[in-house]
Amino acid sequence: MSQPEIQPIVDPILTVGPSFRRWAVVLGAVVAWSITAWVWQLVHGLGATHLGRPVYWGLYITNFVFFIGVSHAGTLISAILRIVHAEWRRPITRMAEVITVLVLFFGVGNILLDLGRPDRALNVFLHPHLRSPLLWDVSSISVYLTCSTIYLYLPLIPDIAVLRERTSGWRRWLYQHLAIGWTGTPAQWHRLEKAIGVMAILVIPVAVSVHTVVSWVFAMTIQPMWHSSIFGPYFVVGAIFSGIAAIITAMVIVRKVYGLEAYLKPVHFNNLGILLLVMCCLWFYFTFAEHLTAWYAHEPNELTVFDAKLFGRFAPLFWAMFVFCFVVPFAILANNRTRTITGTLVASISVNIGMWLERFTIVVPSLSNPRAPVHTFIYSPSWVEWSLMAGCFAAFALLYMGFTKLFPIISMWELAPEPAVAPIGPAEAPAAPKPPLNLAEA
Amino acid sequence: MARWGLVIDLDRCTGCQACVVACKHENNVPFSTPDTVAEGRLMTWVQLVAVERGGRFSVLPLMCQQCDRPPCTDVCPTSATYLNPEGLVAQVYPRCIGCRYCTNACPFAVKVFNWVAPEWPASMAAMKNPDVSVRPKGVVEKCTFCHHRLMQARERARLEGRDATGEDYVPACVQTCPAEAMVFGDLDDAHDPAAALAASPRAFRWMEDLGTRPKVIYLREGE
Repeated sequence: MSQPEIQPIVDPILTVGPSFRRWAVVLGAVVAWSITAWVWQLVHGLGATHLGRPVYWGLYITNFVFFIGVSHAGTLISAILRIVHAEWRRPITRMAEVITVLVLFFGVGNILLDLGRPDRALNVFLHPHLRSPLLWDVSSISVYLTCSTIYLYLPLIPDIAVLRERTSGWRRWLYQHLAIGWTGTPAQWHRLEKAIGVMAILVIPVAVSVHTVVSWVFAMTIQPMWHSSIFGPYFVVGAIFSGIAAIITAMVIVRKVYGLEAYLKPVHFNNLGILLLVMCCLWFYFTFAEHLTAWYAHEPNELTVFDAKLFGRFAPLFWAMFVFCFVVPFAILANNRTRTITGTLVASISVNIGMWLERFTIVVPSLSNPRAPVHTFIYSPSWVEWSLMAGCFAAFALLYMGFTKLFPIISMWELAPEPAVAPIGPAEAPAAPKPPLNLAEA
Repeated sequence: MARWGLVIDLDRCTGCQACVVACKHENNVPFSTPDTVAEGRLMTWVQLVAVERGGRFSVLPLMCQQCDRPPCTDVCPTSATYLNPEGLVAQVYPRCIGCRYCTNACPFAVKVFNWVAPEWPASMAAMKNPDVSVRPKGVVEKCTFCHHRLMQARERARLEGRDATGEDYVPACVQTCPAEAMVFGDLDDAHDPAAALAASPRAFRWMEDLGTRPKVIYLREGE
């Protein structure tokens, strides 16, 4: 019975259409260009950027924080929804988890791009200094990458086994190895569900720690408007916010391109839209609290940065951030009539732009207005920095496309209808492994 | 063990910048042009900054404040910058990965980064100090209180069969200052003139409210 049901998911994996090729060429060209820029930077050093004293960090660190934030898309959201038995999550978890794993590489990559001596990056492991928040970052991001990769891989195993049976050649060889002998016996189902259940719980504190630690890179210093005790939760909320927006954007694209309208229904966009609305309000609350305390206390150094952000040189970016992060998504998502697929897509793209601007207006204004009255300058990124940023986004899209050609972007075995076990999903019920079993055998 | 510190008498300082020039030559600090300054890439270990204190401006020769609780060393992921037992904030150039976290954590903004490989006009090529390594591109550098001079003083004293004292060692800026506004010495030695001046009622440390405990001490002017 499930044969026709999963066919629309399997088909796009095994075929490559002309529009896929076109996009791959365009994105590949952007990536190739960014590799040129990267080689240029390796030869000329960070002199190829427009950074200087005191704006020592710019676009790369902004992108690092942004990408790590987006990585909260997947794992955290799918894990929370799995634990609370939100059944509507089933078709979207895989899509979200892939974002997490892929985007983490670009987060780490941007740190490497930002190093003056990338050839010495291993010194972080050879001579680690545990008091440095950057080392905390290295630790928590490594753990997060490991956990979220396992968490992506485990639910893939039954689907890989399905593909193993339907393919030949190199694909069969690949799936055979990745399926690690999956035959769908009750004992295997039991073990798999137990493992997924453990990972779902484990991954949540790890995910929260990752973005908390990223915020601490800034908050642990005594620099004005960085040294803030709410930065941890503020960054985590921002991360989940931009993460949900990234999932919705990916869902709309995948749904359209692969014709998965039967699986990704308006209810999914509506529910995620409501989640996005909640995060939008939380984001407003944190942003308001953060800026009100800075303004009210009137500490001169804090106030200098505050003025530069809200009324000075950075005001266009700050208010654009406010419109993109709050005004646009709130107006769209608070209204039942506009919380459609198109509506949530517009809100999500707006949130992604806004959250990138938020990261930028956290990193750069504080550095541009240091306590010490040294000569400062107006930072605007160089062509190398912009090229590498474009390359990161293009490479991410390319890898995501590549994933959809290797693995099902919708978790097939989790789609099993479960009227028999209404309150408990099969993933969390080791005692009732029947529904997925039926599907896998079909 | 000594705890090296520098006292700068603002009443004597004329703002002539001889210390800036002496430091650049002594430490092979890369050459900067007005263009590099406009890009925010001025390379200097000491510079004059105008600081408002209590409604009036003071001009401070500003170099690494050699804090006893340095915010920059805490954040370094590889211990490339650390507080050595004599209270000097050290920079290990071959270990630095160039992440610039220390430059951002320093409230005095006195650490500088080698954005490009150092360059000097041909006429200056022969003027490099052979006692100080030239830093490669991609690492952070800053005032070391002319640490190489301390090493040399120790070496000399050892050859003469005695211990090095505060009189054996002064940084280039102190040696050069025509107004004799700078006094260098061991802050833990009660007989050292620098320690005596550091205890003067005119003494203050810039941004001391941040609790970083600088070992560069300024003497207030005009009283």
